Amino acid sequence: MVSVVFVLLFAGLSGYITWYSATHRQELINNSYNGRQQMLIAQNRRGKILSANGEILAQTTVGEDGKDKREYPYQNLFSHVVGYATNGRMGVEAQANYYLINSNAPISQKATLELSGDKYPGDDVYTTLNVDLQQVASTALGVYQGAILVTEPSTGKVLAMVSKPDFDPQQIEEMWDELVADRDSSILLNRVTQGLYPPGSTFKIMTALEYIRENPDTYNNYSYNCTGSITRGQDRIQCYHGSVHGSVGFDVSFAKSCNTSFANMGFTLDRAAFGDTLDELLFNRELPTDLGHNVSRVDMSAETADPDMMQISIGQGTTSITPLLLNMITCAIANDGVLIEPCVVDRVLNSAGNTVKTFPPVAYGKLMEPAEAQILKDLMTAVVEKGTASRLKGLSYTAAGKTGSAEYGTVKGDSHAWFTGFAPAENPQICVTIIIEGAGAGGDYAVPIAKRIFDAWFE
Amino acid sequence: MELYVSEYARYVIILLMVLYTYESFAVFRRKEESGRKGMYLRQSLLMFAFHFSCFLVICFETGDMVYLFFYAFQQIILYAFSVLCRMLYPRTNRLVVNNMCMLLAIGFIILTRLDMGKAIRQFIIVTCSLAAALVIPFFVHKFRLLKNLKWLYAMVGIGALGIVMILGQTTYGSKLSWSIAGIAFQPSEFVKILFVFFMASALCEAAGFFEVFTTAVVAAAHVISLVISKDLGSALIFFMVYVLMVFVASRNYLYLLLGAAGGCGAAWVAFKVFRHVQVRVQAFQDPWSVIDAEGYQITQSLFAISSGGWLGLGLYKGTPRSIPFVETDFIFSAIAEEMGIVAAICLILICVSTFLMIMRIACGMRDRFYQLTAFGLGVTYLFQVFLTIGGGTKFIPLTGVTLPLISYGGSSVLTTIVMFAIVQGLHIIWLDEEEALQRALLKKRMRRKRRPLYPDSRRQARSVRNQAGEEIEYEIDNENNSENNSENNRNTGRSHRPGTGRAD
Repeated sequence: MVSVVFVLLFAGLSGYITWYSATHRQELINNSYNGRQQMLIAQNRRGKILSANGEILAQTTVGEDGKDKREYPYQNLFSHVVGYATNGRMGVEAQANYYLINSNAPISQKATLELSGDKYPGDDVYTTLNVDLQQVASTALGVYQGAILVTEPSTGKVLAMVSKPDFDPQQIEEMWDELVADRDSSILLNRVTQGLYPPGSTFKIMTALEYIRENPDTYNNYSYNCTGSITRGQDRIQCYHGSVHGSVGFDVSFAKSCNTSFANMGFTLDRAAFGDTLDELLFNRELPTDLGHNVSRVDMSAETADPDMMQISIGQGTTSITPLLLNMITCAIANDGVLIEPCVVDRVLNSAGNTVKTFPPVAYGKLMEPAEAQILKDLMTAVVEKGTASRLKGLSYTAAGKTGSAEYGTVKGDSHAWFTGFAPAENPQICVTIIIEGAGAGGDYAVPIAKRIFDAWFE
Repeated sequence: MELYVSEYARYVIILLMVLYTYESFAVFRRKEESGRKGMYLRQSLLMFAFHFSCFLVICFETGDMVYLFFYAFQQIILYAFSVLCRMLYPRTNRLVVNNMCMLLAIGFIILTRLDMGKAIRQFIIVTCSLAAALVIPFFVHKFRLLKNLKWLYAMVGIGALGIVMILGQTTYGSKLSWSIAGIAFQPSEFVKILFVFFMASALCEAAGFFEVFTTAVVAAAHVISLVISKDLGSALIFFMVYVLMVFVASRNYLYLLLGAAGGCGAAWVAFKVFRHVQVRVQAFQDPWSVIDAEGYQITQSLFAISSGGWLGLGLYKGTPRSIPFVETDFIFSAIAEEMGIVAAICLILICVSTFLMIMRIACGMRDRFYQLTAFGLGVTYLFQVFLTIGGGTKFIPLTGVTLPLISYGGSSVLTTIVMFAIVQGLHIIWLDEEEALQRALLKKRMRRKRRPLYPDSRRQARSVRNQAGEEIEYEIDNENNSENNSENNRNTGRSHRPGTGRAD
């Protein structure tokens, strides 16, 4: 019997060793206390990072002085998403570091290089990025600060990711001291994954979803008379730019983005249930993705007071969201409620072009029921047809989305322009989320950029 | 060229090790040593090929052919030992001999790679130990007094530990050794054997409350002096051996329960009282937060194991030297890094196979004292393996004991070799007893009316050899007890082979 116990003990031990080293391998290699990383860097030349079509986004060449030099042919264009690999690491350079510093080159090639005393070529990382789309998005954002994320809802592939202000990763060493000295500088911040913004009217997607959930049969009977403002105690909410929408139903409230109507709708909601819905939509938690990100926050529970409820219903107050999360929720709506985890790394190939590892799409699960997704899709189509995103109307494709003008700071009227949406509405291929800091109304500034990106894709 | 050799040799080395491990378990399918000859031969050949290919890689990687001489010496010593063992004692258990040689070979390989100077020192100690091991079975076999010396074992054991506790040299915070003529001895290693003998002799007659209590006092004296010397790993081994031996001798689950409760209590007190225990536990729970200090060793060990992957980086391709105390406490991590997790698990399995053979010997022995001794030695061995491997992989908190036969350390390797030699002595006694029994059985049957030996009784005669002595008489007297017969037939009916049963 003692033998059996010992044998079981050792079976557990062996299983543990294999499990631990298999699951923690990358994490351990990337630990800065692990000297083996330096060994690999000395032995292998850092691999390339490429776009989905094979354009080189980052590569290491040998300079005239014989030293390795990391080059980024597109300079500023992919600054945040591809990142940099000196003075720390960021973006794909950090996320795929393990693959870039390992070499699975064929042994014959290694033998030849061994003789010539050269380094082995590291493995190449293919991303999901589309250079044309990235270029269009970056140009469209222009000199504004802000972020653009373009993804494929059915696979979670990131097609473009722009964050401005940007930088040239090749200059990072020269810029470093300056960047460190300037505490207010947010150049290195990837606004797509780490920027926390008030969601503004885009949050009405969540409020509408909760209203549908609580009134599955009667939500379409909703009506409200908008007089341009609504007051609870000391707090008063106005529609954007003082508009008065008059008598509005459920879909028109959404399409016209009527603040007072949504604040009114918010009062009817079960606050605890709304809190649960928001948790399911991945607020207040780590997101299911390998991309480094910040956690979006919303404070909604049974204890939420009326004035706060009013603010939260229209996406103001203390609520904050990353463009990444808003894009994920939009993707789930486009994909019948199912969220596919967003990813940038597609596959790893060795220097001879043989596949080392692929990263197939990973389904996270349902964020909402297919029927709910369909209702939201229709609402978002109406935003284009008869609402705030009418600049997308009447094109060769049918777009759907939601605009937002998120007020920030103390000065009345300063607002970030939001748009999140997808096209074609009936069979979504791409999903776009845009924020332009301090530009003004989403319908005026963010929607035209979405149009340029959709145009470029469907061209 | 070097690249091709080292790249392909990796696979060959792992394959040889896997095959060897397979054989070391296949052995258990046969009940008789004589039926295992082919397997033992294959094991020896695999061991030879493994040892040779590893040293070939070492030569290629270092570019120094001198290592081949060192290899030749090792091979000669190991081979000579196993041949002499067979010549002097035809009844040795060859699985234990082979596994011991294999583990020693693995130890030589990895020590050579880590530190040539230490490898040579280790080689000299192993050579002397093996020479000593050749005479031990003889003494165990002939001196039947061993079971009457219980107070001598206890006094010498506590005395040795006491001297270390008071006068010992402090190495890295623990008092472990004491020097004679410039050579540092670590008595806690040798005392393990004495302790097993003490427990066996104290419990072999009876295992009532009185015996359990007196042994508890002696065991506590051992454990406490070790804890004061800060040798926690050894303290834990003594405690474990005590609890399990009492349990096996008494067959009383209450003692097991009390032991477990006492162990938990003692661990809690130790955690509260001793700072170095707290440090160990903290380094176990979250080594990453103290990676600069207490967690450094364990995290470096984890880096090593994980970077090796399934097949390892290959000898000299990793950086196992970044782990502090890699030659002693963390040698398993070095093996996992350079030879791969597959090989590391084979190593674990070889240890388990050795343990199972010792347990089988323990079960077969008729004399209570020998039975308990074999059991105690087996548990001591395997529990130490568990502590060191589990500690180095963050399965359990680190206790800082050596991996028997592989780690660098004279006292440790000598003790383990002696332990295995004692097991060999016990195995010889066992086979002698079996043979005597056979003869008695044969005589008895001859004395009966010389009736023809029909198949049923033949089978029964063979089966009886595997039973305990008291039962023999019983079964022969009740030859018609059909239930017994059928059960015996089921157990051993298949193992009929010519030349094994003397009843033929």
